[in-house]
Amino acid sequence: MAALTPIFRKPFWLVALVVGLFGGFIGLFVGTANGSGPLGVLIGAALLIVLAWFYIYVLKDERAGRGITFAGLGIAGFAAAGMPGLVLGAIFGAIGGWMIYWMYEGRYRAYVPPYLTPGQVLWHFAFRVICGAIFVFLITPILVVLPLSFNAQDFFTFTPEMLRFDPEGYSLKHYRDFFSNNEWQRSFKNSLIIAPIATIISVSLGTLAAIGLSQSHVPGRRAIMAILISPMIVPLIISATGMFFFYSQIGNWMESTLGLDKNLVGYIKVVLAHAVLGIPFVIITVTATLVGFDRSLTRAAANMGADPVTTFFRVQMPLILPGVISGGLFAFITSFDEVVVVLFVGSASQKTLPWQMFTGLREQISPTILAVATILVCISIALLTTLEMLRRRSERLRGMSPG
Amino acid sequence: MSDTLNNGPVLAADGTPLKKSLARSLRVEKLRALALVAPLLLFVLFSFIWPIGEMLFRSVDNRDVGQVLPETVAILKDWDGTSGELPDEAVYKAFTADMLVAIDAKEHTKLGTRLNYEKTGMSSLFRKSGRKIKKLDLETDGPFKETLIKIDKKWGDVETWKVIQTHSVNYTNGYYLNAIDMQRTPDGVAVQPEDKRIMMTLFKRTLWMSMIITGMCVLLGYPVAWILANLPARSANLLMILVLLPFWTSLLVRTSAWKVMLQQQGVINDVLVWLGMVADDSRLVIINNQFGTVTAMTHILLPFMILPMYSVMQTIQPTYLRAAKSLGATNWTAFWRVYFPQSIPGIGAGSILVFILSIGYYITPEIVGGTKGVFISNRIAYHISSSLNWGLAAALGAILLAVVLVLYWAYDKIVGIDNVKLG
Repeated sequence: MAALTPIFRKPFWLVALVVGLFGGFIGLFVGTANGSGPLGVLIGAALLIVLAWFYIYVLKDERAGRGITFAGLGIAGFAAAGMPGLVLGAIFGAIGGWMIYWMYEGRYRAYVPPYLTPGQVLWHFAFRVICGAIFVFLITPILVVLPLSFNAQDFFTFTPEMLRFDPEGYSLKHYRDFFSNNEWQRSFKNSLIIAPIATIISVSLGTLAAIGLSQSHVPGRRAIMAILISPMIVPLIISATGMFFFYSQIGNWMESTLGLDKNLVGYIKVVLAHAVLGIPFVIITVTATLVGFDRSLTRAAANMGADPVTTFFRVQMPLILPGVISGGLFAFITSFDEVVVVLFVGSASQKTLPWQMFTGLREQISPTILAVATILVCISIALLTTLEMLRRRSERLRGMSPG
Repeated sequence: MSDTLNNGPVLAADGTPLKKSLARSLRVEKLRALALVAPLLLFVLFSFIWPIGEMLFRSVDNRDVGQVLPETVAILKDWDGTSGELPDEAVYKAFTADMLVAIDAKEHTKLGTRLNYEKTGMSSLFRKSGRKIKKLDLETDGPFKETLIKIDKKWGDVETWKVIQTHSVNYTNGYYLNAIDMQRTPDGVAVQPEDKRIMMTLFKRTLWMSMIITGMCVLLGYPVAWILANLPARSANLLMILVLLPFWTSLLVRTSAWKVMLQQQGVINDVLVWLGMVADDSRLVIINNQFGTVTAMTHILLPFMILPMYSVMQTIQPTYLRAAKSLGATNWTAFWRVYFPQSIPGIGAGSILVFILSIGYYITPEIVGGTKGVFISNRIAYHISSSLNWGLAAALGAILLAVVLVLYWAYDKIVGIDNVKLG
């Protein structure tokens, strides 16, 4: 992004005010942790103001100044509180050093339109700080889980060893537990059986229906659409209640009349229930992709002698594939992540991973849950990346620039 | 040339009138479209709409009493329960006959369980008396009035018979009345006794907390959506990941993360204690109450608010704001009179979505809500799996469903169901 406004150096009082506020804010925390808040505020503010004065009027070398703040505060932190102190001190030093020069050189002004008043500039940055705080709220719970899953103790909290970055404090034992414990392994396997089959059912039926719905003359289009999307709208607990009654009868019927194995019937019930839940996602994504599909392509294919099946697989399918795959991913994650319906419809031998986590959270709290959670976060990162790549591909195909 | 210009209908290549030919091809096209939709439609109708219809039916279905005690119900109809007198011998005889049949089919305990929802003690009464009635002979052991009262003196209690009479109708509104803290009594509809009134509290709490959660989501989501829509595409995409990652992360993972964060020995409390803001012996109680539920659910539902808001805000031209300012509007006026009204559709869409999702939530309140922060859905789950009062669970579900459908209709009016976007 190009600079919008020519920048010039700012007066010292402004620099002192801003870095003083920042130093005081950090000092408040350090101070309260050590007994006296107000003293911490004073020391923090004074420290940064003095440093700023020193750099601006004496040192006059930006690189050296920032290096000194970073290293100096890191070492001070280490002397005061060991490893955690080193990390926190170094972070504080890096930000403080950067901030002094960012203010002094007037760099903060460069990317803001030149006509803004000082008040507007202040609001511009205050707003970004607020947004940053909300992003922190969004992401922290997920990030906190990751290190805790390497805890050597059976605790849900950071132990003193972990905070000292002592290797003793970390271990892979919860991961080992996950991969060796029968309960977890069985539930993981169940999830891997149920989710793909349910996905295949909802994707194949859903894609066909979406293609049907996108034709120009479909009687009762709105009503059909409403019915097909309803599994997404109806609260899960209600779907689960309805399916509970329904599938217990179906299950009895399949066991007694068709003579199927009890276990197999259990899987069929859960797979069908999950397939229904995934359908709205497939319908929505595939219809959205079909909106941009050029209908004359199928007519051209038919003109050249291709039958409808060939046209579908050779012309239409490759073009709408991104939509189909992302719908499939949604359906997969819906089933893989689903717990209410499986809790009601399934029996103990169909226990899936989320179900096992749910009982784990409610009854015997074991940190293995955190290891599982970490693995699941990695899976969702992989899914997210796939989706993003698909989205870009689909935009390229439609001739839009990747945004 | 002149002989092709006749006044007859325009013909297609094969000689049929063009109108007819077009109509036929349109019909074929419609049929083909329907044929493609049909498998899925049938599947959804059969395995989703039908079960929900069945659930709705179950909320009024009360045929148990009439099926197990057909004779008794028929005779008991004429009995006046308000007179305070016990029914006569004919009722007792019919009852014994019905019970003998029911005990053979082992259905009397089911009936006991059903009536136990209305009056505690009925279940054990039926179970215990069942064992003794089994030994009776219809021909020789009369008169049954004395015999039954000897077996259990509750059969000599007018209330017992009143309960059977009140709940002998085939289709009842009783479950719905129970669902709103009322009950069917021999004297008509009445309010539940004080200690049994919990449903209205739960309904009110569900609505109230869903509103708070929706409000929090609007408050937190608006700035984020704004900044995503106004930053240059490259940095906006990076920040979008921070929104999408929680969206894609398993619900159970996020719920367990919040459990880790909010516990008494959890991360937030630890940090506060370490900072000296909270004393070690007076750690904050922020889990197993409403605060815990609201915090965790706001976090979980926030992406559902940000995404629709973002897609609306993307379409708002930034030039409008600049134009307003150049015409002399202050920052606030420009935002409030020009930008905000254009972003309202996004707020509406997001709010309805979040509200619909939150009033049906079960997992998160169950884990971080304790007893004070649970929703009506937790009560439904309780009646399905623990108390086995399925009729009541179905009635609660039906009421919840009605609320959601009204909101869904509103969503369709405001946003249009075709415009739902994902990711």
